[in-house]
Amino acid sequence: MIRKPALITYITAGDPDIPSTLEFLRILAKYSDLIELGIPFSDPMADGKTIEKSHYRALKSGTKVMDVLNVVREFKSEFDVPIVLMSYYNPIYVRGVESFVGNARGCGVDGMLIVDLPVEESDEYLDVCCKYDMKTVFLASPNTSNERLRVIDEVSTGFVYLVSLYGTTGERDEISSLAFDLVSRARSICRNPLAVGFGISKSEHVKDILNAGADGVVVGSAIVKLIEKFGRYAGDEIERKCRELRRGLIL
Amino acid sequence: MKFGEYGGMFVAETLVQPLRELERAYMELKDDEDFRSQLNYYLKNYAGRPTPLYFARNLTEKVGGAKIYLKREDLLHSGAHKINNTIGQALLAKFMGKERLIAETGAGQHGVATAIAGALMGLKVEVYMGAEDVERQRMNVFRMKILGANVIPVKSGTRTLKDAINEALRDWVSSFENTHYLIGSVVGPHPYPTIVRDFQSVIGMETKRQILEIEGVLPDVIVACVGGGSNAIGIFHPFLEDKVKLVGVEAGGRGVDTGMHSASLCAGKKGVLHGMLSYFIQDEDGQILDTHSIAPGLDYPGVGPEHAWLRDIGRVRYVTVTDDQALNAFLELSRTEGILPALESAHALAYAIEIAREMGDGTVVVNLSGRGDKDLEIVMREVSL
Repeated sequence: MIRKPALITYITAGDPDIPSTLEFLRILAKYSDLIELGIPFSDPMADGKTIEKSHYRALKSGTKVMDVLNVVREFKSEFDVPIVLMSYYNPIYVRGVESFVGNARGCGVDGMLIVDLPVEESDEYLDVCCKYDMKTVFLASPNTSNERLRVIDEVSTGFVYLVSLYGTTGERDEISSLAFDLVSRARSICRNPLAVGFGISKSEHVKDILNAGADGVVVGSAIVKLIEKFGRYAGDEIERKCRELRRGLIL
Repeated sequence: MKFGEYGGMFVAETLVQPLRELERAYMELKDDEDFRSQLNYYLKNYAGRPTPLYFARNLTEKVGGAKIYLKREDLLHSGAHKINNTIGQALLAKFMGKERLIAETGAGQHGVATAIAGALMGLKVEVYMGAEDVERQRMNVFRMKILGANVIPVKSGTRTLKDAINEALRDWVSSFENTHYLIGSVVGPHPYPTIVRDFQSVIGMETKRQILEIEGVLPDVIVACVGGGSNAIGIFHPFLEDKVKLVGVEAGGRGVDTGMHSASLCAGKKGVLHGMLSYFIQDEDGQILDTHSIAPGLDYPGVGPEHAWLRDIGRVRYVTVTDDQALNAFLELSRTEGILPALESAHALAYAIEIAREMGDGTVVVNLSGRGDKDLEIVMREVSL
């Protein structure tokens, strides 16, 4: 799904509204190898303040799950850049896993990442994703054992998402040493491409992580923060940030 | 471990390992002699167990039906059943070598019970509490501070209990190495619903022994209120295999049809939140909705997974009682017996009064899970005397 060196960008769908999301996606598409699009949820437990607030803004503007899928459909009619939906499990569960995945695939979604669905709980999800050829992305963390890493790699068909630290999403000044240990451990175990996320916000971070052996980086909060600040006028700022991040990709 | 299809461990990857560690520690310690003897020591000499099973003669005569017994958890230190769990988990945390406890709290009862257990065991305590609740429950905030706990107001989302849980989970994902997350009800990811149920089952075990001593037979009906459901599971669990009717009472708020309620089993849908598959009050997109109850401890949009299962298999019946009915029961017990029940427990009591009248004879046990002193401000707003 991604090839080194890959820049993966994240925004929350509907933040601050759906038309802006489409505009931002068009900008991100120019600089990203893959875009992660968040489905807004009332209780984004795994996210830090910046992304958490983006979920609330999206819900406040009335964003529904179907709006998210429709915006993907529209985007995919113009661009080939792969889209991975990032979601909490409940919006998918209440719709029915099969119905959701089938629908999302029909709208052009390429892959899915469910933050609060560890491998142990994902039997049905895996069957359905296989059936509809939806790529799966699972997370691994610094405290994920080698044994679990092997299983996570086995069930992931898109890439493996390495969480760089113990904590929630959000910008950090420096990359935790846990990240480098995890990258080297995962490198020796996983066949999938590896993308590192959580706390990556600057081009130096991007460079360091790729040099450590990762195939890609995920940048979320650094972009979402611009939307928090500039709202629907964040386009130019997002473009500037993407250019900066892209520079870190030149190894 | 699951309860039918309910429960599970729906958490971010980073929490899987700490939850497994907790599960392992708990399985090792629960039958450990040293752990059990320390737990029993504190429950008896510190918390005040066993609590009496009291025959409410005046109330029974006034209602004119089945005999009504009250399991007096309100007499425990701290004034509610919550302490059975916080002492158990704080001790567990100590055995695991943790130095810090974090907890969520709605109205502050679990926060206070955690602060007490932390003070007792010499553990640092930080309590997450919705900013809205911090405003409404100033006395409990102060109480926690007196006990040495740090109270952190949560300003996100609906600024209530569910957001406090979200924030505690966010803390734990970065602090698990030295911190135990002390969940206050039979909710959350495995193994919490099991651990909390086990620590609360002392209520039902005592009740069984006591009613057999007094009546010589098991009760016909046991009634308990259900928010997350810890006091209910605690009294129900030892009776699951017996021929005893079990009734869980949810908060009907201003009426289930108004949308202003907290009746997740009676009016919610299956979903996944806070690490568990259970019933939740939510919209068609799976967004969790705001809830309401006059009883702060019942004001939660979900319910413990074991209750979801007990409901599905038909072992426990779940009903609702409105704010007004609970308030009437609160006044009724205060006047007939001189006991102020917590507004949560008043929900169970309201239903018990109704069913005792219908039954004519036999016995009904109500879990009087907490005392009502904490609710005086709310009651004062609702009734003029």
